[in-house]
Amino acid sequence: MSEAPEKIMFVFKNPPHGNIHAYEGLEFVLITAAYEQDITLVFIGDGILALKKDQDTQELGIKGFMKTWRTLDDYEVEKLYVDKKSMEERGLTPDDLIVPVEVKEANDISGIMKEQHVIYPF
Amino acid sequence: MGRNLFLVIIMKYGILIKESPYNHQASDSAYNFITAALEKGHEVLGIFFYNDGVINSTKHMEPPQDDRHIGNRWSELGGKGIDIIICIAAAKRRGINDEVLGANMRISGLGQLVDLSLKSDRLITFGS
Repeated sequence: MSEAPEKIMFVFKNPPHGNIHAYEGLEFVLITAAYEQDITLVFIGDGILALKKDQDTQELGIKGFMKTWRTLDDYEVEKLYVDKKSMEERGLTPDDLIVPVEVKEANDISGIMKEQHVIYPF
Repeated sequence: MGRNLFLVIIMKYGILIKESPYNHQASDSAYNFITAALEKGHEVLGIFFYNDGVINSTKHMEPPQDDRHIGNRWSELGGKGIDIIICIAAAKRRGINDEVLGANMRISGLGQLVDLSLKSDRLITFGS
């Protein structure tokens, strides 16, 4: 694609365990990153829990994917926004998360959503 | 007699389906949306199945005869020239391969979803 990059947003709203949405969502983000588009990731509600540090999935008997978030930086995916209210409700701060994020008000996130060419919910 | 002026905007839609058939309404809602859009003269460039959505592609579905056959719906749309794409990564996890694939569908990579979204005026997602 030689045209100007399109704005593509991924909205993570599912918890990291209990369903596969965050995991397969992240897989899709990494594929999309190879297309050199303008990518934004937003974490809302339980979606924020997918970024929590020090998760141990051994007892769950499933492959953890938390470390994969760190590879986003290699792909120059740098716009990671978390919803302020969702984060506060869960007693989390950016220090609890495995990658650097920007905390934003719902209104600001809503404004960024309006600029997108496509939004994928996961 | 005044002349009526009709402004017809033809949209190019891409469709993403993320849930399995029967278990979830996504496949039915997507089908209804697609048939309505085609009736209105819009274009549907492709339908991409991801997550449990890939289960929509098995040719082994045998719903009760008085119920809709969701797999056949996709094969029929594929027969009309709509690109029906099944995500290979999600398919492999769930035992979907070329041997079980219904007619007029193909298995391919997530890059095809990126392409579809870039070619479409709107990408509509069914399933959360």
